[in-house]
Amino acid sequence: MTAVMDSEIPIDRGDPNTAALAVQDLKLVYHVRGNPRDVLRGVTFQIRPGEAYGLVGESGCGKSTTAYAALRYLPTNGEITGGQVLADGRNITAMPASELRKFRATDAAMVYQDPVQALNPALKIGKQVAECYRIIGQGKEEAAESALQALTRVHIADPRSVLDRYPHQLSGGMLQRVVIAMGLAGDPKLLVLDEPTTGLDATVEAEVLDLVRELRSQTDAAVLLIAHNLGVIRTMCDRVGVMYAGRMVEEAPADELFDQPRHPYTIGLMNAIPRAGLRKTDRALSTIPGNMPPIGSELRTCVYVDRCPLASDLCRTEVPPIVALNDGRWTRCHHSDQVTEITAPEEKIPLYDAGDKRVLELNHVSKTFRQKGRDIPALVSVDLGFAEGETLGLVGESGSGKSTLAKAMLGVHAADPGSEMVLDGKPMKAEATARRREAIQALQMVFQNPDSALNRSWTVRRILKRTVTTLTGVKGEAADKRVEEIAEAMRLSHHHLDVRPRQLSGGLKQRVAIARAFAGDPRLVVCDEPTSALDVSVQAAILNLLANLQHDERISYLFITHDIGVVRYLADRIAVMYVGRIMEKGATDDLFKGPVHPYTEALLSAVPSVDGVAKERIPLTGEIPTPANPPPGCVFHTRCQYHMPGVCDVEVPPAVEVSPRHIIVCHLPIDQMPTPVKLTKGNGQVVA
Amino acid sequence: MEESNVVQDQLESEVQEPDLVPISTAPALDRKSVRAEQRRELFRTPSFLIGLFIVLLWLACGIVPEVFARYPELDPVRVDGQVIPRAAPSADAWFGTDGTGRDVFSRVVYGADNVLINAPAAALIAVALGALLGLIMGYYRGWVDEIMSRIMEAVLSLPVILLAIMVLVVFGASRLAIILTIAGLFTPVVTRTVRAAVLTESQLDYVAAAKLRGESGLFIMLREILPNITNVLVVEFTVRVGYAIFTVATLAFLGLGADDVTVADWGTDISQSYDLVKAGQWWPSIFPALAIAILVIGVNLIADSLDKVYKG
Repeated sequence: MTAVMDSEIPIDRGDPNTAALAVQDLKLVYHVRGNPRDVLRGVTFQIRPGEAYGLVGESGCGKSTTAYAALRYLPTNGEITGGQVLADGRNITAMPASELRKFRATDAAMVYQDPVQALNPALKIGKQVAECYRIIGQGKEEAAESALQALTRVHIADPRSVLDRYPHQLSGGMLQRVVIAMGLAGDPKLLVLDEPTTGLDATVEAEVLDLVRELRSQTDAAVLLIAHNLGVIRTMCDRVGVMYAGRMVEEAPADELFDQPRHPYTIGLMNAIPRAGLRKTDRALSTIPGNMPPIGSELRTCVYVDRCPLASDLCRTEVPPIVALNDGRWTRCHHSDQVTEITAPEEKIPLYDAGDKRVLELNHVSKTFRQKGRDIPALVSVDLGFAEGETLGLVGESGSGKSTLAKAMLGVHAADPGSEMVLDGKPMKAEATARRREAIQALQMVFQNPDSALNRSWTVRRILKRTVTTLTGVKGEAADKRVEEIAEAMRLSHHHLDVRPRQLSGGLKQRVAIARAFAGDPRLVVCDEPTSALDVSVQAAILNLLANLQHDERISYLFITHDIGVVRYLADRIAVMYVGRIMEKGATDDLFKGPVHPYTEALLSAVPSVDGVAKERIPLTGEIPTPANPPPGCVFHTRCQYHMPGVCDVEVPPAVEVSPRHIIVCHLPIDQMPTPVKLTKGNGQVVA
Repeated sequence: MEESNVVQDQLESEVQEPDLVPISTAPALDRKSVRAEQRRELFRTPSFLIGLFIVLLWLACGIVPEVFARYPELDPVRVDGQVIPRAAPSADAWFGTDGTGRDVFSRVVYGADNVLINAPAAALIAVALGALLGLIMGYYRGWVDEIMSRIMEAVLSLPVILLAIMVLVVFGASRLAIILTIAGLFTPVVTRTVRAAVLTESQLDYVAAAKLRGESGLFIMLREILPNITNVLVVEFTVRVGYAIFTVATLAFLGLGADDVTVADWGTDISQSYDLVKAGQWWPSIFPALAIAILVIGVNLIADSLDKVYKG
């Protein structure tokens, strides 16, 4: 059997020697206990000067390794075993160390996920940025001047004072700007960005992405972008490669890839994303059964064959060919002519009426922290109601008070006196320790990160059984039986019950965490970004599970998320928070139809979408105000583009019911309130 | 390094489980526990094996000294019926003889048991106490933590040996007193380490989840958090044993060891012969000193390897 070489890719992308980056049939292994394990199995792609190229794929597919290998930045146990990397015609893989160092200093720049780790906490920003210019040969004073210019170039507010500050005094968004400024020192022709905005707020993310876009147009630098957020890839990249198990399976211009994927894996990914206004009542999300083959496993034929709905005997015996499609795109599949037959699932989450029966009612819930003798109002008179079986989506930037609200509900933080929390018609104490057992049992939580949420020294069975016995009082064999029932409902097997969390994959761990939240028969479950740490195909399975559980058990959710697609898919109603206040609440459909609060408009337009690019982004400049020092009048007036001087900065706005149960807290007359911005595709077509 | 660890982690610890395949077709799980993997890795680390060999050898000396010793513990060596004090190392007495003509090699072998009992006992008590205090301080924080932290800092700011001498002079230098004194003096250091580990654990969501189902503080500390910091405790114990060996020997050297100075003990033997070094007769004091050093090195090799394996 002869392997199809990636160098046989039938698409002409120009002379590799003139490419900003040309990765050619790159093979890489990690040595584990002396055994080489294949990580990259022949990856080929080219980035032309000035082009933005995105790599996508599930975690473990090798996309980050590819990015690091492109600059020959490898862990000690990594070894390139074949192929080469050319940057501007120079062979990176064969470069002597001194030349490589020079190349990294002047011709390429890398921006990592966590800017906090990329900067030295003990040195002032100015010194660290100037250092980058010293390396490329500038004198001390010249470098200091260059540092100031670099910070100005990345639009940091008040760059001169930033020079004198330490990293811990800056926000995440500002730090990432500093890191980008440092990367720009040598006027690099290639920017490698590895999850540059993960961990940043959507609004900050949008600003950082704008900056990268602007710098790219100024410098004509090529960009290699890795991001698990497919929306970021779509808005930033010209061309996208899809990786799977260390191979590239499809490559296409970004718009075409997202709108007409032509590899079964890409199609699976696209159908797994809640997109284009999809609601849970429309259909279940499609999932990709099975897991990616682990690093180092032997793959003789198509890497995707075990999970592919089109897999035939041919796929199991022959390496699939690379099929050229129109417009310079290609896919690696035996059945590229049949891929359009793969359809999204028809299965619907059965529709039901959330009803009017209120499970939990929050009236004037406030939470004031005291710090150094000052009052910090983190929650200000929040009113929210949860109907039985209803999902309330809670959105807002970090620092808006979403988690504080959840913790006040759960009793982790005691709400201020005067706050009223009514559970099933009975008032509930502020602190969890003071609550009746039914109240403790009624409210449970699914945390963001299952690694942190599950005790790693307990078996899954013990985790679930302890929850059952403490919350429901059921003991002994009855508890064992209940645990088995819950596990089955979560589609966890017997094997899974007797292992510890570490031995499970991310998706399975989150299932265990959900099982625990449901083990005590709760009435309301707080879900704090339960899928943000998961791959999209796993996310789809978890969202389906949550939707089905809700239908079967009529549980209410408070669903905290940054992902607009997810909240639109799952939530019946949405509440928007800003500086500890609810700015808007209403049914999901009403919210996406408009009118909306100016803050909601900005928030929705900031989130990069997989469906297209916002026609115009509503800028949300500056930082979110601290609750310690909220602006007078409407707290949003400092960042609002509709700000009416003399009104908004003086009076607290009224709550206006723009349509039944759709409430907006704003001074604007209803007919002047904005509607959510429309998205456009690359060809200018407006997305519905 | 960071990334290679991540990759190793993925390869070694995560059993790749199909996420959504029907349950019946899920492959049987690999039940190798993390602990078994760590153990296997330990026994492949040369420094651990060397350390283990050293410690086991001394343990053997401590338990059955008569197997290794060539002469009795208390009686002088007689060559042709004659006692030769301060004889240089020779075929008759490998490490030479001391001031009263006893075989230094045999004294070193017999002297092992004292240190090998006192040091681990003291370290064990220190770790147990430190774990308890560290759990309370790290979990409850607040004023409990503040007050106890200040006390610990006060104790830590004083020289260990000086404090030990004071206590032992007052209460008498019995074995129990020595063990308890050293344990008490080591407790603050252990507490500080444990407290830091507990602080980190307390931030994790499983602790929040336990609170959400109404568990008591005691349950959360002992059943939820404690199993997750056993690695820290094991490493802390081995490190403290190393320090305790020094402290026990130093106290014995200062005359605060066993009451009977004729009984072999490394610290006591050094103190009885160290002035002979000036006369060029180095062997009666250097060999017990070497014994202490080798034992401490052995223990520290184990501590380092454990630390590396747990953190890796």
